[in-house]
Amino acid sequence: MEVSRDHLVTFLLRLADDHLILGHRLSEWCGHAPMLEEDLAMPNIALDLIGQARALYQYAGEVEGKGRSEDDLAYLRREREYLNCLMVERPNGDFAHTMLRQFYFSAFMHPFWEKASASTDETLAGIAAKAVKEVSYHVRHCGEWVIRLGDGTEESAARMKAAVEALAPYVDELFETDAVSEAVSKAGIAPAPASLRSSFDSTVQRVFAEAFLDMPETAWPQTGGRQGRHGEAMGYLLAELQHIQRTYPGAVW
Amino acid sequence: MAKNEIPLWEVFIRPRNGLAHKHCGSVHAADEVMALQAARDVYTRRGEGVSIWVVPSAAIVASDPEHKDENFEPALSKVYRHPTFYKIPDDVGHM
Amino acid sequence: MYSQGLIGAKTDSAEDQAFLDAFQKRIDAEEKIEPNDPMPEGYRRTLVRQIGQHAHSEIVGMLPEGNWITRAPSLRRKAALLAKVQDEGGHGLYLYSAAETLGVSREEMTEELLAGKAKYSSIFNYPTLTWADIGAIGWLVDGAAIMNQIPLCRCSYGPYARAMIRVCKEESFHQRQGYEIMMTLANGTPEQKEMAQDALNRWWWPSLMMFGPHDSDSQHGDQSMRWKIKRFTNDELRQQFVDSTVPQGEFLGLTFPDPNLKWNEERGHYDFGEIDWDEFWRVVKGGGPMNKERLAARQKAWDEGAWVREAALAHAEKRKARAEAAKMAAE
Repeated sequence: MEVSRDHLVTFLLRLADDHLILGHRLSEWCGHAPMLEEDLAMPNIALDLIGQARALYQYAGEVEGKGRSEDDLAYLRREREYLNCLMVERPNGDFAHTMLRQFYFSAFMHPFWEKASASTDETLAGIAAKAVKEVSYHVRHCGEWVIRLGDGTEESAARMKAAVEALAPYVDELFETDAVSEAVSKAGIAPAPASLRSSFDSTVQRVFAEAFLDMPETAWPQTGGRQGRHGEAMGYLLAELQHIQRTYPGAVW
Repeated sequence: MAKNEIPLWEVFIRPRNGLAHKHCGSVHAADEVMALQAARDVYTRRGEGVSIWVVPSAAIVASDPEHKDENFEPALSKVYRHPTFYKIPDDVGHM
Repeated sequence: MYSQGLIGAKTDSAEDQAFLDAFQKRIDAEEKIEPNDPMPEGYRRTLVRQIGQHAHSEIVGMLPEGNWITRAPSLRRKAALLAKVQDEGGHGLYLYSAAETLGVSREEMTEELLAGKAKYSSIFNYPTLTWADIGAIGWLVDGAAIMNQIPLCRCSYGPYARAMIRVCKEESFHQRQGYEIMMTLANGTPEQKEMAQDALNRWWWPSLMMFGPHDSDSQHGDQSMRWKIKRFTNDELRQQFVDSTVPQGEFLGLTFPDPNLKWNEERGHYDFGEIDWDEFWRVVKGGGPMNKERLAARQKAWDEGAWVREAALAHAEKRKARAEAAKMAAE
């Protein structure tokens, strides 16, 4: 089944935005980590995310066919045109929040990339084959921290629990289905998000069991990112991200 | 080292299969899982290795440099351990 | 890099003339000194101070450049800058490890830094105001650092020399990264060129200050040279830096903020003006524009990371206890 160009571009931008925005958040830690070893580990993850974002933007620009470059797409859209999920734009909070957010996202992306490496779309399959290796390390690294903090001191356990509470409303959005995700999955380009839930849940359950954490009920899941409705923090993030590009239109860097 | 400091680990990397692990530096980590990940994140960012060993620094036993002479000098005079000590005519060929 | 328990044990060795002479003889014969070797207390102290300062410089140095990661103007530049700042963290880590072979822990060194007792390179007490500063830092600051660091690869202390070899290998992309940014700006719009010139104007003198006081005013210079911790004097390295950097700046079509800068045919070197030593000492002693912010940022990361480090240790204990219990149960 053929997918429309609009659907494919929207799908690619959602994915690219997820990676760019999360990479941006993670890079805010650079130079401020709890220990030096982690000041190397977090940029490694951020660099993987930015690399994936670049590949996805380049491809989105190609498919779109309007001559937009990776930087045009990454830097020069308005806030309502960014299509990332809400979780990735959440402010870093403490180290527990950051590690849990990364763990959730990676636990979602791992089965996603695994399935996408058999995509009918060759370019996406190529991106996926590289990304799946990167993200399996992210699951492991961040999962270990969730365990370590959940089962560390009283303070770290309390902070980890607070992080679980705080991020719970943003989990369900990862699995949302709409016309775009359906068209893409029917064409065999990428897995339907909902189909990844059981894999995600089992990864989270395994880690939470070791971390003595419970998955909370989310009475009020939040949504809107895929339609470009973001949280208040997003505008500030974009103001920083776009600062130079907006101040000096048309310049080459 | 004070009690509450995060211990030091020595890192050994195998650059590629067929070569031995070689000492390349150290990291601080609370346990072996963390030490392996830290070693990966610090010492293999430019494709330096295919396998990592980490060893608690405290587990390494080193020879005393004061004993250097008695340890290592006696070996220097045992020239008969080296192939060049033995005279074989060139006509015999490579041996 | 080596077991802490094994090192620094002989710091109270009797340092009579015979001992010092024997040590000097090893140095003169270009023998490397390794952690367990007997060494004069002064040699050990000098190294701890110098390697510690060097490590702190890398760590504090992450801050001014880190200031622009989230604002980098393209994804390519963002990835390069993030990787570069990460490298600096790595270099700090290698250097702390080298100092740790001398019997001082990373925690102790960090506490000295935060207490304001240990110094770091004064260049990082200047603010990064525009994107061009990222170019200027890569080109000038990393350029100056490389001048300093290449001879350190031959330093008499083995672990320091080995750390520096690794650092220099990794750092080779840093200066090129900076120069490429400057080149893009210099060939860009008039606004971009102005930005590049402004950055060069602000970073030139602080870069020259990175080499430290004049040889005649340097406290530790002579002894460090004799011990082959240092291989060239501050003024020699500064001259070398000026000589190689000025043509690079001219290639960019930029000017240097020094009316006395000119080629001296007779000497075969560039002459240059006198550094503002009042400014140098003011910044070294804590009065630079960013001294307080830099230390406050390090203090904040250290304080806010405390619960994470404690949790990691607590979890390691639990993990160990459980593994032992499981082993007992199996027996």
